[in-house]
Amino acid sequence: MESHELTFEPDDRYNAFLAVCKKAPYGKGKLSGIAVAVKDNISTRGIETTCASKILKGYIPPYDAHAVELLRHAGAAIVGKTNMDEFGMGTTTENSAFGPTLNPCDTGRVPGGSSGGSAAAVAGNMVRMALGTDTGGSIRCPAAFCGIVGMKPTYGRVSRYGLIAYANSLEQIGPMARNVSDVSSLLQVIAGKDRHDSTTYDRPYTHTPVSGIKGLKIGLPQEYFGEGVDPRVAGVVKNAIGRLEELGATTVSCSIPSMKFALAAYYVTCACEASSNLARFDGVRYGPGADSKKSWHESFKEVRRAGFGAEVRRRIMLGTFALSSGYYGKYYAKAQVARENVKADFARIFSEVDLIAGPTMPSIAFKLGEKSDPLSMYLSDILTVPANLAGIPAISVPCGKVDTMPVGLQIMGRHFDDERVIDAAYAYEQAVN
Amino acid sequence: MAEDQVIVGLEVHCQLDTKSKLFCGCSTDYRDDGPNTHVCPVCLGLPGAMPSINKRSIEYAMKVAKALNCTVLHESEFSRKNYFYPDLDKAYQITQYDKPLAEGGYLEIESDEGGERRIQLTRIHVEEDPGRLVHMGNAERGKYSLVDYNRAGIPLIEIVSEPDMRSPKEARKFLNKLRATLEYLNVFDSDKEGSLRVDANISIKGNERVEVKNITSYKGVEKALTYEVTRQKNLIRRGQQIERETRHFIESTGITQSSRSKEQEHDYRYFPEPDLRPMQVQSWVDGIVLPELPDARRERFISQYGCSLNHARTLTGELKLANFFETVVAADPKELSALAATWIADTLIGELNYRGMSLDRVDAAGITELMGILRNGTITDKSGIEVLRVMLDQRLNNEPVETPAAIITRLNLGKTTGDNTAIISAIEEAITENPKALEDYRAGKGGALNFLVGQVMKKTRGKADPGELNRMLVEALKKREA
Repeated sequence: MESHELTFEPDDRYNAFLAVCKKAPYGKGKLSGIAVAVKDNISTRGIETTCASKILKGYIPPYDAHAVELLRHAGAAIVGKTNMDEFGMGTTTENSAFGPTLNPCDTGRVPGGSSGGSAAAVAGNMVRMALGTDTGGSIRCPAAFCGIVGMKPTYGRVSRYGLIAYANSLEQIGPMARNVSDVSSLLQVIAGKDRHDSTTYDRPYTHTPVSGIKGLKIGLPQEYFGEGVDPRVAGVVKNAIGRLEELGATTVSCSIPSMKFALAAYYVTCACEASSNLARFDGVRYGPGADSKKSWHESFKEVRRAGFGAEVRRRIMLGTFALSSGYYGKYYAKAQVARENVKADFARIFSEVDLIAGPTMPSIAFKLGEKSDPLSMYLSDILTVPANLAGIPAISVPCGKVDTMPVGLQIMGRHFDDERVIDAAYAYEQAVN
Repeated sequence: MAEDQVIVGLEVHCQLDTKSKLFCGCSTDYRDDGPNTHVCPVCLGLPGAMPSINKRSIEYAMKVAKALNCTVLHESEFSRKNYFYPDLDKAYQITQYDKPLAEGGYLEIESDEGGERRIQLTRIHVEEDPGRLVHMGNAERGKYSLVDYNRAGIPLIEIVSEPDMRSPKEARKFLNKLRATLEYLNVFDSDKEGSLRVDANISIKGNERVEVKNITSYKGVEKALTYEVTRQKNLIRRGQQIERETRHFIESTGITQSSRSKEQEHDYRYFPEPDLRPMQVQSWVDGIVLPELPDARRERFISQYGCSLNHARTLTGELKLANFFETVVAADPKELSALAATWIADTLIGELNYRGMSLDRVDAAGITELMGILRNGTITDKSGIEVLRVMLDQRLNNEPVETPAAIITRLNLGKTTGDNTAIISAIEEAITENPKALEDYRAGKGGALNFLVGQVMKKTRGKADPGELNRMLVEALKKREA
């Protein structure tokens, strides 16, 4: 029962929130009274949910996403909905129809994306915890850029029911907070099987982090420290890994050859799925209505042309093309083969190591407007996308700075080894704090 | 013959009669309720909602697959069929594409030449029904449509046949047999409006094939295909080419109409539904216990009740009819079966069709009683028909219902055995009124006797037993001779 009320009036100078609940009800439980922000692509009953898109302006879901329901049951106060790249399509939160979110560490820079609003709300001390979603790095990237902890759980560990789908086969809801313990607490609440999401597994997460990394073997993929990665970022991350070695971990160099195709496989897959997921936004049921005087094709074309931003339209068109008859085999089917190869590479490496570590992002947070060319933006996802393609758990934990901007250490684990990933991040965090 | 051989294949969509929808818990019992009252985030396709498979739907579909001798695949999966239409709330239909639930199989029908014919099946797959558009206003002005999503998410199976049928009549028979099988399996309710929809592929051997869509009734299939056969043969006769196209059947006029080809150039961009895992249900097949199916019941009706092949076929061709027959004869199968088979298969069905009346409204006990009376020979067959008609009309018009005995008494339809005075006087009258017939009879013209029988029958309103009447008439004629 949500019998209490939290007053929430943040000084949102970073444009982290799209909707704020000034009086947020909460109840008893593990997270009783804790302010939790929720990314705006996660359905919240009675609270406008737009995915930062004009096409969903005014849409108030009649139901809670499963993860939100679990948060409420745990007593959390849902205090607002956070800004994001429209439908999750971006790496900077600049693709929001409602203006970009700024990075609390440097307001001239982007917070990363697409869960930039959630990251800024946490990093800017407006909330203690937030939910993000991660399709190709959308939790880990903003966590790294804003200097907080963010985790993408194993695919199937957290229900996606109520998450407005962008790329179903890749994305997961995950926790974001200022420290590993809070990330772990949030994951405890949201993980587990949901009968509404048949891709979930009966793998609840009941773990409390312990700092024990002694004797673990960590793989360091050479691709994560090579071409395209800012050497200063690579340096900071190598130092952090040094700390893990001091704590008793051993490291071994490894390679993920399939990474050559990872980005292509990722962008083909997510564009295909998105083209289908986003087709329902036709002005008939919600969002700005269609002009009923016009013919059906005319009116829904108009709604979609006006309602979607440029990046969303680009990915819809790419996905539509890639699924067209005659091209399916060349693109979608091939992308799935590449995806299997990535999975196989990880399986091979994980037969010899317990964890894989490297930088979360190849650089520090970009300046606002710096990545105007979509392709160069896509390239910055190269280190986060593999975990989504393989469905494995991955965390980003702050590990130092370059030019006063935070750098994230990414730690990946085997399927359903979320506990070990959290323990490793916790060990590092405890050692440096 | 072979020159203009007709080739027909069918794609039959049937709603499975489950309690809840295919991918959510909404009730399927929507027909008497207002629009958009049986909906939830899942079947409305609200953002973020996800499908989860209703196990019962898959079990129902597998029952059908087993009954139709199909092979359930080791792994099957759902795919998305993408297209824009306002009745399709997600802008894709969750269906099965390259990994259907089951493949192969066959259904046996009675061929036009008599005997059994095996119609091979291609596949059976499971999919969700879209919503329904209700068109308001008219084409000239104020035309708009409303959408009702009550139907969205109702489980459908699509049964695809090989092009094995050779006439519109065979197509109709295939459909009837399929309906009977689905009803026997208790997975389908053919009485529900729109529970069956058919697309038909039809060609004349050596020519392009035409797809006819939008057939929603059993009779419609034969009608649409008969129209197409004539249309296509006429084109060929005039030396024209048959175009490969899709045509729509217009139920009200019984014709097919070409769909504008541009609207047909769909590219559905199928890909696997990422929100559902592939299904591995082959192992369930062994656990499915099938009930007695139409063919087995037909054979049993022949051996157990001594029905003729034709009667057995008719009676078992519909589950309700077969059950009705067995209820009627249950009290005394030995005495009633032969009589009831004829009366139900021939007379009752005819009378019901004439009235557009459903068998559901007929009281089996009343028919049993009537059969008993007929069996005892206390009324003539002609009177029996009259009693039956009264019984049906009373039910149809919601009038007070009488037993057959009461009707017989009220209308004085009992055979006049024992009391022959009425017949004797009728005979005397008939002979006196028709001196010519008497003359002809004396001259040895056989037709005269029959004529006089007819006259007497008329006068006694059919109550006289024909055998008895004949005997008495001959006697009376002999008397006059003397």
